[in-house]
Amino acid sequence: MRTPHVGVLALQGDVVEHVHALERAGADVIEVRTPADLERVDALVVPGGESTTVIRLLGRFGLTQPIVERVRGGMPFWGTCMGMIVAAHDVADLEQDTLDLIDVTVRRNAFGRQVDSAEVPLAIPALGDAPFPAVFIRAPWIERTGPAVETLAERDGHGVMVRQGNVLGTSFHPELTGDDRVHAYFLSMMADA
Amino acid sequence: MNGQATGTETVKRGLAQMLKGGVIMDVVTPEQAKVAEEAGAVAVMALERIPADIRADGGVARMSHPALIERIMKAVTIPVMAKVRIGHIGEARQLQALGVDYIDESEVLTPADDLYHLDKAGYTVPFVCGARNLGEALRRIAEGAAMIRSKGEAGSGNIVEAVRHMRAIRDGIVELSVAPREELVARSRDLGAPLELVREVAANKKLPVVLFCAGGVSTPADAALMMELGAEGIFVGSGIFKSTDPAAFARAIVDATTHWQDADVVLKAHTSIPEAAKAMDGLDIRQLAEHQLMASRGN
Repeated sequence: MRTPHVGVLALQGDVVEHVHALERAGADVIEVRTPADLERVDALVVPGGESTTVIRLLGRFGLTQPIVERVRGGMPFWGTCMGMIVAAHDVADLEQDTLDLIDVTVRRNAFGRQVDSAEVPLAIPALGDAPFPAVFIRAPWIERTGPAVETLAERDGHGVMVRQGNVLGTSFHPELTGDDRVHAYFLSMMADA
Repeated sequence: MNGQATGTETVKRGLAQMLKGGVIMDVVTPEQAKVAEEAGAVAVMALERIPADIRADGGVARMSHPALIERIMKAVTIPVMAKVRIGHIGEARQLQALGVDYIDESEVLTPADDLYHLDKAGYTVPFVCGARNLGEALRRIAEGAAMIRSKGEAGSGNIVEAVRHMRAIRDGIVELSVAPREELVARSRDLGAPLELVREVAANKKLPVVLFCAGGVSTPADAALMMELGAEGIFVGSGIFKSTDPAAFARAIVDATTHWQDADVVLKAHTSIPEAAKAMDGLDIRQLAEHQLMASRGN
């Protein structure tokens, strides 16, 4: 049996930070830029970046349909910030295309613009008692969750970490912290899949 | 709120990390900002005049009118940056109050202070600054810059200065990374940069902040060249809206930046620009007098 590979979508954003965190957590990582790259991976992480940019690039480079098919077929998927927006069912008050991989409505820049970006100690019971050093950058929050969606963490009463089966979303950036517990959690989702 | 910290080094440097692999475009109207966003820009720089026009017009170039910047902020959902004159505390405080996402303390505007740059660490908003070499980059980082761009020569349509500056920064990093530890104090003196940062670069073989390229990019191949030389993303100033087909150039430069390692994609991106469309006119840097060079402002 070949070693499972975790893909990191490498069209734009903080790709290398995720690659390093996943490698620290014990994964073999492949950067995904083309449909051929996608065929080689067993899970996909979509990093932080600009969602309007990446959703267009996914379409231009023929990745939209293959990703949707693989994730609906059970491939573990984790989106951080931009990645969660891309995966959402829809975006509140904006006409923005998404991949509709998780039954949530997100609100973009919900915690404010860059001057409101913040580091926040976040309670995430699924990761243990120690608060997680969450980095929020022009971050979205979860405005609505469907019945199949579990909210794993909240900030000021708004969902910021959600899971629906094989799909995980975080508003914040564990890849910027050096605390790899969310990366390890995602790898355990992979083991379950 | 409990334990919440804004304006930290992590969140200021972090936004630049989110922009990596992307293209930041100069725009002078909300309509241009939408063209940029539609093409796939990761951010826009809101300006009254693009560098080529500042160069042509002469006179003093200042911060743009806040109402224009605000209209551009309302027109797009991507981050909006704006420029202040080097050392202009008054302009910088205004832009922070306005809530722009990044401030470019830029040599493209007429410097307000010919000796000192801003103390950028004290602001909640992050700053990007230009640099021609490693020493200049590290001085700006020491002042609190959360992102560096190679200066190039803005509004020239000529990539040669961008190449020179990116190579100088990269070569400086390589030299530090192979230097024996006992040389680092003297190298810090020669670079005019703090020893702590010199040691950090020597150990990590990279800047502690994201490095973009600016000043002269006008074609998809220019963007691919600069990514090859080590840029983590691209600023395009006059190159898009001084071309005769901004939407086509914008999209092609985005595609070439994303897939710079794949010559087939860069070729396809260039081919997607209609043959009749013209890139911006360029200037021969050697024909410019010293006072016409923007890159030598601020050191």
